[in-house]
Amino acid sequence: MSAEAHNEHAVDHHHDDHHHGDDHDHGSFKTYMIGFLLSVVLTAIPFWLVMTEALAPQTTGLIITAFAVAQIIVHMIFFLHMNHRSEGGWNMLALIFTIVVVVIAVAGSVWVMYHLNTNMMPVHDMQTMG
Amino acid sequence: MSHASSLNPDYVDEAGRPIYHPVEEPHHPEGHSTMLGFWMYLMSDCLIFAMLFAVYAVIGGNYAAGPSPKDLFDLPLVALNTSMLLLSSITYGFAMLAMVKNRTAQMQTWLAITGVFGLCFLGIELYEFAHMIHLGATPQRSGFLSAFFFLVGTHGLHVTFGCIWLVTLMVQVWRKGLIQANKRRLMCLSLFWHFLDVIWIGVFTFVYLFGMLR
Repeated sequence: MSAEAHNEHAVDHHHDDHHHGDDHDHGSFKTYMIGFLLSVVLTAIPFWLVMTEALAPQTTGLIITAFAVAQIIVHMIFFLHMNHRSEGGWNMLALIFTIVVVVIAVAGSVWVMYHLNTNMMPVHDMQTMG
Repeated sequence: MSHASSLNPDYVDEAGRPIYHPVEEPHHPEGHSTMLGFWMYLMSDCLIFAMLFAVYAVIGGNYAAGPSPKDLFDLPLVALNTSMLLLSSITYGFAMLAMVKNRTAQMQTWLAITGVFGLCFLGIELYEFAHMIHLGATPQRSGFLSAFFFLVGTHGLHVTFGCIWLVTLMVQVWRKGLIQANKRRLMCLSLFWHFLDVIWIGVFTFVYLFGMLR
């Protein structure tokens, strides 16, 4: 092996498992249709539940949250073609990191501000809080 | 070099001297890291939306004696809007399938249909905004309305730029054909477009549907 080949290998050695060229997962007609039909169902049921007021508001809230999470996962798999192998796992790692930050920021904000509201507001003009 | 034997063989030249920098630029195929980089951008965009959702969650209940979600939201209209975005997602998927098979005309047709659905979504959203502002429900009316217009408006702005990008790429493909660079750009827009649909799931669930439950 020449020095040049060595050099290139030295610099490039952790790119060995990378996807070069055009071998990204594009899905197929079938996977797109499965994703689409699942999305339609997962969208229609929450709208139907809220519009008909078929269940108690708390129950409806829990169900539509679960459906939203399920639909986001469906979109990630069937439309965004996420899997643990894409880009050598870095896509999934970035996604997990983002989810952690999002959960901390959103849940933390809601938690802190809820306590701030309940502790700072004058008691006399408050309607009964659940 | 006396200690050459202890060095990683990948980092020494043929005379056994250590190599500290590449003699020539390592060859990377053009655009090999674009998809990962674009994914990083989407994740940072996701953080922007997370902050807007957090703002809405915190001040979305402050009506300042003004209109509440129940007074303003029209669920059939939101359902129509949601279906526009969902249909545009599947038609973009069909465009990508045509792209993989190098069927340029078929792909351009699906892209055009996607763009029409995107514009329908924007039209319905602008109609909704105009209707709310006509009723006096402007962003400065209450904390709830500020957060609502900021969150939903930012999503709408993303869709607007997505439509501009879509038209740009259609012109690019029309002029240069389905070259590798254009395929890469179309794959980035695919991620962007489907990502906006994911954000919309959060919007219609936590803003519109939860608003009607309050």
